[in-house]
Amino acid sequence: MESLGKCEMSADDIDPTRRRFLTATTAVIGGLGALCAAFPFAASWMPSDRAKAMGAPVEVDLSKIEVGQKVTVAWRGQPIFVVHRSHESVETLSGDEGFLRDPLSLESVQPLYTKNRFRSIKEQYLILVGICTHLGCVPLFKPTAGELDASWPGGFFCPCHGSKYDMAGRVYQGVPAPLNLPVPPYRYLSDTVVLIGEDSVGAAA
Amino acid sequence: MKYGLEDNSSQQPTGQESPSRLTVYSEAALNWVNERFPLTEMWDLHIAKYYAPKNFNIWYIFGSLALLILVNQLITGIWLTMNYQPSAEAAFNSVEYIMRDVPYGWLLRYLHSTGASFFFIVVYLHMFRGLLYGSYRKPRELVWLLGMMIFLCLMAEAFFGYLLPWGNMSFWGAQVIISVFGVIPLVGDFLLEWLRGDYTISGVTLNRFFALHVIAVPMMFVGLVVFHILALHEVGSNNPDGVEIKEKLNKEGIPLDGIPFHPYYTVKDLMWVAVFLIIFSAVVFFAPDMGGYFLEAANFEPADPLKTPEHIAPVWYMTPYYAILRAIPDKLGGVIAMFSSIAVFFFLPWLDRSPVKSIRYKGPLFKIALALFVVCFLSLGYLGTQLPTPLSNLMARLASIGYFAFFILMPLYTRWDKTKPLPERIS
Amino acid sequence: MSRKIGLLVSLWLWSIIGIANEDIQLDKVNIDRTDVVSLQRGAHLYMNFCSGCHSLKYVRYNTMAKDIGIRDSQGNLLESLVKNTLLLTSDKITDTIQTAMTPELAANWFGKAPPDLSLVARSRSNDWLYSYLRGFYPDNKRPWGVNNHIFPDVAMPNVLEHLQTSLSADKYNLAVADLVNFLDYVAEPHKLERERLGVWVLIFLGIFLIFTMLLKREYWKDVH
Repeated sequence: MESLGKCEMSADDIDPTRRRFLTATTAVIGGLGALCAAFPFAASWMPSDRAKAMGAPVEVDLSKIEVGQKVTVAWRGQPIFVVHRSHESVETLSGDEGFLRDPLSLESVQPLYTKNRFRSIKEQYLILVGICTHLGCVPLFKPTAGELDASWPGGFFCPCHGSKYDMAGRVYQGVPAPLNLPVPPYRYLSDTVVLIGEDSVGAAA
Repeated sequence: MKYGLEDNSSQQPTGQESPSRLTVYSEAALNWVNERFPLTEMWDLHIAKYYAPKNFNIWYIFGSLALLILVNQLITGIWLTMNYQPSAEAAFNSVEYIMRDVPYGWLLRYLHSTGASFFFIVVYLHMFRGLLYGSYRKPRELVWLLGMMIFLCLMAEAFFGYLLPWGNMSFWGAQVIISVFGVIPLVGDFLLEWLRGDYTISGVTLNRFFALHVIAVPMMFVGLVVFHILALHEVGSNNPDGVEIKEKLNKEGIPLDGIPFHPYYTVKDLMWVAVFLIIFSAVVFFAPDMGGYFLEAANFEPADPLKTPEHIAPVWYMTPYYAILRAIPDKLGGVIAMFSSIAVFFFLPWLDRSPVKSIRYKGPLFKIALALFVVCFLSLGYLGTQLPTPLSNLMARLASIGYFAFFILMPLYTRWDKTKPLPERIS
Repeated sequence: MSRKIGLLVSLWLWSIIGIANEDIQLDKVNIDRTDVVSLQRGAHLYMNFCSGCHSLKYVRYNTMAKDIGIRDSQGNLLESLVKNTLLLTSDKITDTIQTAMTPELAANWFGKAPPDLSLVARSRSNDWLYSYLRGFYPDNKRPWGVNNHIFPDVAMPNVLEHLQTSLSADKYNLAVADLVNFLDYVAEPHKLERERLGVWVLIFLGIFLIFTMLLKREYWKDVH
């Protein structure tokens, strides 16, 4: 049989182990290279410097907010509620109410320093992410007792599907929303100025 | 027949080892696909059992490299489109946003800009291989024609793409090249307005060039590349000796001087890809501007219709044709000469009357003609980057004559040339 | 015959080189992008002398400050230091560096709005900037009483004149070099990262090349 562009190889000349080793090693190195090459493409999807600048923490001057008033500021495209709670409202938060789904905030999202019965650092100022945990509508502020019905102590009401939250943003039983309203990271720059979006750990990731 | 090592681990020579479960399942999956799609058939036809001549030299790497660069342009291009904005107000800013604020955006941009220049270097060398070895000759005329259409797409793609950064050179370069269409008699002015979509180059032009650059031309490009490779595989590859390997087959119908593309050329191409990537990366990471030839200084200023750059010139890869355009004193004549300088390539398969394909067996006339052509092409390229002076105009005219002479006189000198006898087998 | 050809080729090449565009002579500047102290001096000069008229609209204060070394040992930005020395307006530290001068006022005062300088080091070149900033000379036919060797009839006054007269020639040149260094940084902030990454890429590709060569040679033993 005529050789086809190659000479006859006797079994001794071909080293199958060497071929397998070289093929495997080259494949591994090449694969590594491909992964490294893919990295910048994936990384380019992370928030850019401009996105980070636009998502920078927001300062709020609390001295301008009257008692019983809610102010909404934007942070990272989200509505943030800043509520100046009255002393009476704070008193109504007893701790382990049976009509709440998660009164101890075990499942909801909040920084560790707000995992208390006020769900805030200072009891008179409540800061929440104003997005209903059901399907994302912005709840209405209903602080007046008896506003919704006779037993209403004050809180938030979502008009989309009727979810209700108390004056610490904790969700009621028997409503579609599954979780308490989240609390964003924040810290006090002074007694009257709060920085939303950053706490002592650093800016929110 | 053995070409290398066959992996016998899955076979059962004497009924001892049974195949592993993984092997059984993967073979079953492969069979399922093959019953519904010609996967293994295509793999064999185009890769594992495509017999290529065994004597490919360095000139044969540029086709594979062009494909690699195409993939690079497509992927980096898509990623750039994620942050680029095609409006006159936002385009320039969006490029700087990519360069500074987007993580690794600078790398995406440099890969794309360097890739564009390297695409032309590789394609010019790929075409030159064709000139050296007569790859355009029968039966590969269609391969050549499809390749020339790909070249036209490449130039269109580069032209449209260059407007997108909306730098001052982008704007004025487009202004000059589009005005070329204005010299066409009767329809010239209408054509200008129609191409621009406006009374001057504006955001309207930019937006449509964006659509052409990102969607229309790439789709044509990829389609033509597929046809180009199919046409090649239909007749088989040429080789540096210009002797058809299909004329000497063995009993099984396989060319004696052929070797299967996989593993021999996959492995050889991989090696040269590594070499190429080193050169390419050296430029991307250490000299992406390439002295102002790959990224032009004037383009770091935003487009300004009221301020022409000191020195308008197209990007380096179009300068030969630009030099030809400028060499002819008559405006319409210059335009015709410029388009002819590319059109003439389409006729190559029929201009070459030599009895042999490859330069290795052609005589001194062809060698001199080709050398002259190269000198003229490079000179025109250089002259196109410089401002016109009486001396440079003269040289551009001489070089243009030399350029066209290569083609126009080819039927004569290829017939007159003293060729060498062809070998029986390639070596 | 070959001598005639050689002569023709030499004549051709000589003419071609002779055609090369003549550019104006520029002084060469030495800059070191890794010298953060130089970059900081340059930034300081820019904010004090240039930013009143010339914006750097693609550069953010915080990114710029971090890149030129105004960081603590953990790499966090020293915001208060930036606000005291470089951020001379009421902008936020994440804002881009804008100028207070509106284009209309600028055109009124100077004839043309002073351009943004984010990319001037790439559109002109470092040597051009170095020569330009040191190229002013008195000319009482001009509105500001000065003209420039590198940019004839420029609309800009010699903003650094006080620096030029109070420093020795050598010290002034160094100061301008710092400013050019800063402008080079501003034109391409990621340059150092690019070069650093490039070294690793080339090393990796070198290793990859060795293995692909060995692999190719191994398989091609079959072919003769």
